Amino acid sequence: MQSFFEKHAPTLLTVALLLVWEGTCRIFTIDPFVLPMPSAIWDALIEYRGPIWDHAQQTFWTTMVGFAVAVVVGIVLGSLLGSSQLIYRACYPLLVGFNSIPKAAFVPILVVWFGIGSLPAIITAFLISFFPIVVNVATGLATLEPELEDVLRALGATRFEILRKVGLPRSMPFFFASLKVAITLAFVGTVVSEISASNAGIGYLMMSASSSLKTALMFAGVIVISIMAMVMYELFAWIEKRMTGWAHRGQQSNA
Amino acid sequence: MPAFIDFNQVWLKYNPTLDFAIEDVSVSIAEHEFIAIVGPSGCGKSTFMKLGTGLKPPTKGTVTVDGKAVSGPLKITGMAFQAPNLLPWRTTLDNVLLPLEIVEPYKSSFREKRAEYEARAMMLINTVGLGGWERKFPWELSGGMQQRASICRALVHEPKLLMLDEPFGALDAFTREELWCVLRDLHAANPFTVVLVTHDLREATFLADTVYVMSKRPGRILAKKHIDLPRPRDIEVTYSEPFSRIVHELREHIGMIRKS
Ligand SMILES: Nc1ncnc2c1ncn2[C@@H]1O[C@H](COP(=O)(O)OP(=O)(O)O)[C@@H](O)[C@H]1O
Ligand SMILES: [Mg+2]
Repeated sequence: MQSFFEKHAPTLLTVALLLVWEGTCRIFTIDPFVLPMPSAIWDALIEYRGPIWDHAQQTFWTTMVGFAVAVVVGIVLGSLLGSSQLIYRACYPLLVGFNSIPKAAFVPILVVWFGIGSLPAIITAFLISFFPIVVNVATGLATLEPELEDVLRALGATRFEILRKVGLPRSMPFFFASLKVAITLAFVGTVVSEISASNAGIGYLMMSASSSLKTALMFAGVIVISIMAMVMYELFAWIEKRMTGWAHRGQQSNA
Repeated sequence: MPAFIDFNQVWLKYNPTLDFAIEDVSVSIAEHEFIAIVGPSGCGKSTFMKLGTGLKPPTKGTVTVDGKAVSGPLKITGMAFQAPNLLPWRTTLDNVLLPLEIVEPYKSSFREKRAEYEARAMMLINTVGLGGWERKFPWELSGGMQQRASICRALVHEPKLLMLDEPFGALDAFTREELWCVLRDLHAANPFTVVLVTHDLREATFLADTVYVMSKRPGRILAKKHIDLPRPRDIEVTYSEPFSRIVHELREHIGMIRKS
């Protein structure tokens, strides 16, 4: 019995919370415009499944494109930073400064440059998600043991060979860990941009639901976006485990 | 016999603002000679290795290896350090094969001749007593086994020069003596020139033909001692009277370093 509770604890808690929510709304007859009941949100999901599906696809692909650009830029910039002390020292303060800017602040500027549409959302998704990738790849490369580097350099290995044979594989655990963080951030970037600068996507759907006072549909949007982000997070967590199992097993044996 | 490695009044500064790390070092090592360098830590032993492999150019003086002045990494060297530094995502065998993916002529034929190279790596792996462990990952190996693999990796491309920087420093006494014998046998079977950096005087005496004693920073060569114990040397020799006498004599040089 105990093990049943332990095993299903997260599901049970979720169901319990939903029941409390539903119950509270019913008992206190809370205005559905303020807080719709879970059952009403479910109804909205079913009723609007057509438009939700279209907007979700828009958001998904926008995020994927922004994220893909972030991965490429992250690897290239991270490799540059990690393989040269000089570049690292030159770029690092700039990057940190850049990272502390709230990326939502870029959206109005992007609209001036590129108009309303997917492009500002792609760029916002990229801007918000590439930083953790850069930092992690650079860290993985910069922490290469100097003696290992000596072993390889004494063999006449070029910088590029050291990067390919040792540096990059070594930074893979850092890289995959950063992908999990980056993909969730990329969804944030897309939605933020869609809310104010798009006429498609979940962000836009929620904005228009808000202006027509369909609160249940807004909540449905939140749920759809969090499901997408969660699935992608789990996917990258799974890939991380598959690709870099050696890093975790290595730690275990040291412990 | 002309020297294989010749240090001619070599001085080295890491940085113009720093003092010299080593001063006026002149050492001449014959081909296939096994030398050991002993000295307190920070005296410039690792620096000596970096100069000999061409990883660092001297500030003053010249380093000549195999008849040519050294001006860059030599590619004829194998190196191993106190930390085995194996790549955790590669099996033992793939770790040992790494140099063949980097050094010519193996590099360009690595794909076609992989089977042949694996066989060669396996011979080494068996020689050092790692047979049966070649498919294991480094974290599945003990420290001593990892160090054996590290030595295999240093030798797989048949380097003319083997540089060992305190390779046995982190091992327990029994494993250490076992690996002394492994190294002795490898050197006897297929001679190459060895530079062994250590602060274990017994280790230096047991393995080397010549032992150099370095002073504390800035490093200078204080003494050169030829070890005339006959080869092959058995581990038993370390308990013999002439052996102890040599160790004692080296110890006295180190003692003088401390006082000065
Ligand atoms: N990369 C470096 N930059 C500046 N100083 C160094 C560097 N490597 C070693 N040194 C200095 O040179 C001296 C000799 O170092 P090292 O050759 O590593 O000594 P050992 O191997 O005998 O312990 C030390 O004083 C050390 O601080
Ligand atoms: Mg050292």
